[in-house]
Amino acid sequence: MARLAPITLLAAALLAACAPASAEALRPYTVVGDAIPASLTGAKGDATRGRALIVERSSTCILCHSGPFPEQSFQGDLAPNLTGSGNRWSEGQLRLRLVDAAHLNAATIMPSYYRADGLTRVGASWRGKPILSAEQIEDIVAYLVTLRN
Amino acid sequence: MRIAVCIALLTAVAGAALAAEIPLSERRSGYSFMSADTRAMQDEDTANPGMLFVLDGEALWKRKAGAANKACADCHNDARVSMKGVATHYPAFEKALGRPVELEARINLCRTNHQQASPFAYESRELLALTAYVAQQSRGIPIAPGDDPELAPFVEKGHALFMQRQGQLNLGCTNCHDDNWDKKLAGSAITQGQPTGYPLYRLEWQSLGSLQRRLRACMTGIRAQAYDYGSPELVELELYLMSRARGMPIETPAVRP
Ligand code: HEC
Ligand code: HEC
Repeated sequence: MARLAPITLLAAALLAACAPASAEALRPYTVVGDAIPASLTGAKGDATRGRALIVERSSTCILCHSGPFPEQSFQGDLAPNLTGSGNRWSEGQLRLRLVDAAHLNAATIMPSYYRADGLTRVGASWRGKPILSAEQIEDIVAYLVTLRN
Repeated sequence: MRIAVCIALLTAVAGAALAAEIPLSERRSGYSFMSADTRAMQDEDTANPGMLFVLDGEALWKRKAGAANKACADCHNDARVSMKGVATHYPAFEKALGRPVELEARINLCRTNHQQASPFAYESRELLALTAYVAQQSRGIPIAPGDDPELAPFVEKGHALFMQRQGQLNLGCTNCHDDNWDKKLAGSAITQGQPTGYPLYRLEWQSLGSLQRRLRACMTGIRAQAYDYGSPELVELELYLMSRARGMPIETPAVRP
């Protein structure tokens, strides 16, 4: 907790106070440079679950990305191939890309996976929720860092 | 001098950042992204499932309806003559309402005002069939949206909606259909989103569907709250898409994957 900037804590407290009881409040995180060094959950994710998530269409990753997923015949080509992500980026850099890619590139088409505000006309079943949970993001990050080739 | 160059450069940069409209020579119908099999299905009237709806539409055109006991044909005679080219300039400005209406709404206005019948529901077989029959009379004719100055603000609103990022995935129509139309989304071609073939038979739907159904599907895809059928926003988007497709021939009833 000592790592968190006071403003982050304040925002988190406000969020907790104002968020409807049903929607899970987002956990606070701290951006350092171009990365989020600390796990969102405080724990390490599970790489096997992370891979399974990416390959699932509901996570939306392979709508745009391709990668080392031979069992998936339908992959997108709007975005870089995920092969070698773990060589190109550190764990913390990958975490920030997933949490809020727009923080790095305001014009990116990659959605911010851990964000629930500042969006327009979100459909009723998705409103107030991030695309992925903190646990799911940690699982995916744990998998992406293993992509070293 | 320096300042002028700077301004010119800045303008150029700003222009590049704003997705440029696709030039006429590069405009491509969804048809050109399809497999040879699916194209053949569209090209052959006997193989095109949309033609069954067109035949239904022809029957409805001639059938008397409503308290006025009048058929479309009683006022408009032979659709092959009277409806030729009509679909190329819809949505059109409706003076009585002070706003543009799409072809489906136009047909329903005739039902309520002239036939004194109840309007057909959006996506009902009857409304799709009549719309397809009317639009088919424009097959091969270039889209020519009216340059009615009263339409201009609505085209502008449609353009703004096209550019607007929305939904949980925070994407705008332009991100896919201007910037990435030569790419693949999970293996399926992203096209330019041209409105040339509607209503059209979509294999995925196993049915004919309207342009508004397609737009609502794209909105749900980006996890946005889809606008209601007939809402001003969907009509404005239709209008912008038609102005963006100016000069492209109508294909109704098209087939899409
Ligand atoms: C709508 C498109 C889209 C979706 C969906 C998407 N991304 Fe991306 N992603 C991009 C683009 C485009 C880039 C290139 C950099 C940029 O524009 O920010 C990128 C960059 C990345 C990078 C850095 C790649 C490199 O090595 O240069 C990683 C890692 C990544 N995405 C992972 C993911 C994961 C995991 C998911 C799903 C949870 C996902 N992306 C979903 C569009 C997308
Ligand atoms: C994430 C990408 C994406 C976004 C954002 C998106 N679409 Fe689409 N759109 C598609 C795909 C994929 C198809 C299916 C390919 C096809 O059949 O044309 C499609 C199809 C269409 C078509 C049918 C084209 C045809 O040939 O029949 C139209 C029109 C269209 N979109 C308009 C829109 C509008 C308007 C918006 C915004 C409200 C929008 N799209 C947002 C991906 C997208």
